[in-house]
Amino acid sequence: MTEIGLGHYLTLGAVIFTIGVIGIFLNRKNIIVILMSIELILLAVNINLVSFSIYLNDLSGQVFTLFILTVAAAEAAIGLAIIVVYYRNSGTIRVEEIDKLKG
Amino acid sequence: MIAHSIFFYFFSVVAIVSAIMVTASKNTVHSVFFLILDFISISCLFIMIGAEFLGMIMLIVYVGAVAVLFLFVVMMLNVAQQKNQWFASESSSSHIPIGLIISGIIFFELIIVIGGWKFKPDLANSIGLAINTEITNTHSLGQVLYTDYIHIFQISGMILLISMIGAIVLTYREREGIKKQSYIKQISRERSEGVEVLEVTSNKGVKIDD
Repeated sequence: MTEIGLGHYLTLGAVIFTIGVIGIFLNRKNIIVILMSIELILLAVNINLVSFSIYLNDLSGQVFTLFILTVAAAEAAIGLAIIVVYYRNSGTIRVEEIDKLKG
Repeated sequence: MIAHSIFFYFFSVVAIVSAIMVTASKNTVHSVFFLILDFISISCLFIMIGAEFLGMIMLIVYVGAVAVLFLFVVMMLNVAQQKNQWFASESSSSHIPIGLIISGIIFFELIIVIGGWKFKPDLANSIGLAINTEITNTHSLGQVLYTDYIHIFQISGMILLISMIGAIVLTYREREGIKKQSYIKQISRERSEGVEVLEVTSNKGVKIDD
């Protein structure tokens, strides 16, 4: 319990990943919170990669964490731009009211 | 070692609680604040286990750029005042138990994988980039990032460029009734349309801008 190993970090990553998934499933507010949940999921993946990289003594995990960080920033920028355009056109970003595609 | 575990539990509890609050808080601005707290505690964890460069980059990129971008959009779209309930109204809440069940199954599977997983015995032979403890973390990352991973690095730069162009193209809007400078108009002016020679009769003056 006091010895912190790889399993502790992986469990933390699993918990945060699950919280992100729950945030996507149960969200009834606006799409911005869904985007934040996606950021949480990417964060959980980063935790896994970094802890594997440290505990297996291999640097490539940290390199790929850097690339995931880049992609996450790009995704947030594009997603927020889409949300801004949608709000301008339809006046709402509530999840319940976005049903133009009838899905 | 005791200090390590104490700090680990502290930061991870803060991270988990703030992650819950991101999805559960009613006000979207509070969600963004908790997201910032989450990123900060995770980057403290990264710094603690020896990935200092990534921890600092997380602070700069996430807290400095992404979270502030979220805050800007939340304030621009005026959604913070919609105090919505956490869950939906009773009529459309049929997906909530299914979502909870599926999330629970995902968590359960992840825990099973983490608990039952073993290293392969000759793992040490298959490591490509062993961490050199003589030099700093930033130094060793820089040594591989610009040599072995140069193509992926360039491609990630292209991704950032494309996302910047895409965000500008998506949100750009031509506005009416705003005076703008057009350099093509400016440099294509001729003398004939700029200067006019008039006969001025005395005591009358010249009328400008008729």
